[in-house]
Amino acid sequence: MRHDGFSVYLLDEPGGPKVEISVTVNGVSHTSDVEPRTLLVHYVREHLGLTGTNIGCDTSSCGACTLHLDGEAVKSCTVLAVQADGHDITTIEGMAAADGTLHPMQQAFMENHGLQCGYCTPGMVMAATSLLLENPNPTEHDVRIGLEGNLCRCTGYHNIVLSVLAAAAN
Amino acid sequence: MTVTQEPTRVIGQRLLRREDPALLTGEAKFTNDLPVTGALHLAVLRSPYAHARITSVDVSGALAVPGVRAAYSGADLSDQWGGPMPCAWPVTDDMKNPAHYPLATSKACYAGDGVACVLADSAIAARDALEAITVQYEPLEPVLDLEDALSDRVVIHDDLGTNTSYTWNLLVEDHDGAVDEAFAAAAHTVSERYIQQRLIPMAMEPRAVLAMPQPFGGDMTLYSTTQIPHILKVMVALTLGIPEHQMRVIAPSVGGGFGSKLNVYAEELLCVALARKHGVPVRWNEDRSENAMATIHGRGQVQRIELAADADGKLTAIRVRLIGDMGAYLQLVTPGIPLLGAFLYAGVYDLPKAYDFSCTSVFTTMTPTDAYRGAGRPEATFAIERAMDSLAAKIGVDPLELRRRNFIAVEKYPYEAYSGLVYDSGNHDGAATKAAEMLGYDELRARQGTQNANGSNKRLGIGVTSYFEMCGLAPSRVLASLNYSAGGWEAATVRVLPTSKVQVVTGSAPHGQGHETAWSMIVADKMGISPDDVDVLHSDTAIAPLGLDTYGSRSLPVGGVAIAMACDKVIDKAKQIAAHQLEASADDLEYAGGEFSVRGSPDKTMPLAAIAFEAFTAHNLPDGLEPNLEAQVTYDPPNFSWPFGTHMCAVEVDTETGQVDVLKYVAVDDCGVQVNPLIVDGQVHGGVVQGIGQALFEEAVYDTDGNLKTSTLAEYLVPAASDVPPIATGHTVTPSPTNQLGVKGIGEAGTIGAASTIINAVVDALSGLGVHDVPMPASPHNVWTAINAARANASGNNTIANNNNIGGSQ
Repeated sequence: MRHDGFSVYLLDEPGGPKVEISVTVNGVSHTSDVEPRTLLVHYVREHLGLTGTNIGCDTSSCGACTLHLDGEAVKSCTVLAVQADGHDITTIEGMAAADGTLHPMQQAFMENHGLQCGYCTPGMVMAATSLLLENPNPTEHDVRIGLEGNLCRCTGYHNIVLSVLAAAAN
Repeated sequence: MTVTQEPTRVIGQRLLRREDPALLTGEAKFTNDLPVTGALHLAVLRSPYAHARITSVDVSGALAVPGVRAAYSGADLSDQWGGPMPCAWPVTDDMKNPAHYPLATSKACYAGDGVACVLADSAIAARDALEAITVQYEPLEPVLDLEDALSDRVVIHDDLGTNTSYTWNLLVEDHDGAVDEAFAAAAHTVSERYIQQRLIPMAMEPRAVLAMPQPFGGDMTLYSTTQIPHILKVMVALTLGIPEHQMRVIAPSVGGGFGSKLNVYAEELLCVALARKHGVPVRWNEDRSENAMATIHGRGQVQRIELAADADGKLTAIRVRLIGDMGAYLQLVTPGIPLLGAFLYAGVYDLPKAYDFSCTSVFTTMTPTDAYRGAGRPEATFAIERAMDSLAAKIGVDPLELRRRNFIAVEKYPYEAYSGLVYDSGNHDGAATKAAEMLGYDELRARQGTQNANGSNKRLGIGVTSYFEMCGLAPSRVLASLNYSAGGWEAATVRVLPTSKVQVVTGSAPHGQGHETAWSMIVADKMGISPDDVDVLHSDTAIAPLGLDTYGSRSLPVGGVAIAMACDKVIDKAKQIAAHQLEASADDLEYAGGEFSVRGSPDKTMPLAAIAFEAFTAHNLPDGLEPNLEAQVTYDPPNFSWPFGTHMCAVEVDTETGQVDVLKYVAVDDCGVQVNPLIVDGQVHGGVVQGIGQALFEEAVYDTDGNLKTSTLAEYLVPAASDVPPIATGHTVTPSPTNQLGVKGIGEAGTIGAASTIINAVVDALSGLGVHDVPMPASPHNVWTAINAARANASGNNTIANNNNIGGSQ
């Protein structure tokens, strides 16, 4: 059997009812038709091609898919795309400045070797940025508690914690 | 060979990683991120039974699901395989190895074993269609306990007639009977049994595969999140009958491996076979539950270790008996994992030739095991370091003092061990002394005496581990003696481009280790140029055709050294060009700071940039010299590398709740010369936390039917930031004399040192209560149970004490 070649990589089941949503992602407005069951993480990855937001589990445990919804960190696997209708989303692709300058949190992760394989990193950066908005002067303990919803298997968290503290100090 | 005398400028600096900007911004592409239109999505139906005969498979229901293009049983695809899935390490000539195919046909041997598959236009359609496949099973008894497996009460692979895969022995005796004599004559002996629980590697990126066929051109490209693109290419070609020269494997950004991506997996073979069959791209993305079930597990051993010692506590003999849990099948290097530890049960200690190791490995109806960070060496280190604490307790000496009495003395290096292996360099007392200072060992011991004597419910414990890591796999001839099917060399190419920028091609494929940064630093120092002028190419068999990939802490001591050697060859060739152009004898030329100069004539110089352009134009080269400036080296190391160190920690154990708090963790690791100390520390941090994970949190738990209960990250406790302490790292530097950089590996050291450090501390905290051992993971429940069992034992009551006794009198 020969594949017809027309289908594209979508996690939506084709043919179901669609809902129109309007979202602003990294400052750009998008209007899209999505399945009601489409998760926000699949929307940004599959519909918008923003693959920096990663998927690491299926139980909302790992935090790899963390992005900002109206400036607050959310695990995008726990939000439906339709719930983001009318809202403002920032993904890891929207963190660096237009001139290529890294966001201070990205810069802090780089300077403190806060990443190794980099798979948890986008979620970690988004969670850490949100953490500092809530608590601009965290202790080491605050950072560890604040990031406990984001798992990393490479760094042992030591340098992630240093990164966040360094970003806070700046 | 001596360490290079050249002054280094870049090696040793904490250079920030060039890999980071792409990873920090979402620019880096993992396999699942690759945009491909027209791909079919694979989904695999997995056995819900741990052990069952498959009596029929009906996929017709799946074909009716919208979007489904094909569905297959194992039998439907039997014509696709040129042979069974590969096991590259037949450790004994009579090792039993059951035929293992990407989909099972007659029997499912673990919960998660693939039995059928679907191809559909979308991943969700493929997944939905699995539910429309009907499989008739005849359930059989699971085999979950290693000693039960050994009994052959239930035989898993009928044609083998036994669950025992192999028995492998390493008996080294000065004379026949030396081990028995030493035990008979010993002033002190200990005999301990430890369980190395099964662990799930849980790399943050689950596996992902994309096979791209070229139906008319004939080539096949496999993208996979793998540690081993080169080995995978050979194995896929052999297993599927694809001519190797038409097979290309690319590992894009890889989100961690820890050994779990050092394999040839069913889904990789399925994607390639089905892409070939259908002539379209086929992709598969593993979800986390599949990752827990269908990606290899680590550890899984029952260990019996016996130590014999003289009156001073000096070791006189060691006897080890292992049962290794292979799981349902042998994956790529499954049977070899216990052997990687077989040479390390004497740790860093000066043992006479009286060593008796034997491992019997068995099949069980659980996920296959294979390499997980450290692979055999954490298990060995755990056993000897736990047993040393038992010996210290028996003799009544401080655990650190007992270790000092047994350390191989620094002046004995290079040291030929009882096994015949030569340990390259070491200074165990130096590392232990530094760790003790960093921890505040003496002060903590004093505080412990006070704190634990006053009946506090928060008992203080101190743990010590001194370890050796046998890594840098490996001298090919040694691997041959262990029946390993491949070599242990690594390849490197260094190429100076016409504009004098340098390309390095490495066969060691990284997955988070920072090879691009570290390799550029080696080249910068060797060639006297900026690391910014060096690019590092890797992880694509069309770009880097030769290599043996990344595992076993081999990248730097094998692959990095190969790069340094290739730089030497490039400089040698450049020198011939410079000599020709400067009309000087090559013997009179010196190379430093990126240029050649003529000794005694400092004004006669030629920079590398000019030589590179001359090599490119080839207008004026010495007679017979080929144009261009590049060199390839394949380096087979003369020895393993032997990093070592001492880890120490202080823990507080709450005797009412069983909670263990790690107050302080100190890791002193000696990996020889450090190319990038920033990266070294990062490797240690992560390794230690994985060891702490084994000690305190992690365990693959099966129910009595053989179902994996810890199949998600909600149940399998990968440590979170709030679970672990900061890791204080310290280093001593004892260069390896076996390579020109003086380097050793560091990837696994943290994990090798950590688990016994933690458990020694927990037991140390509780020894005053009569606790002799605590099983891993030392969860609150396990600790609490151990405390209560000891109390019941102390009060002459053999049953577990009831809750009223918690926190009672000490």
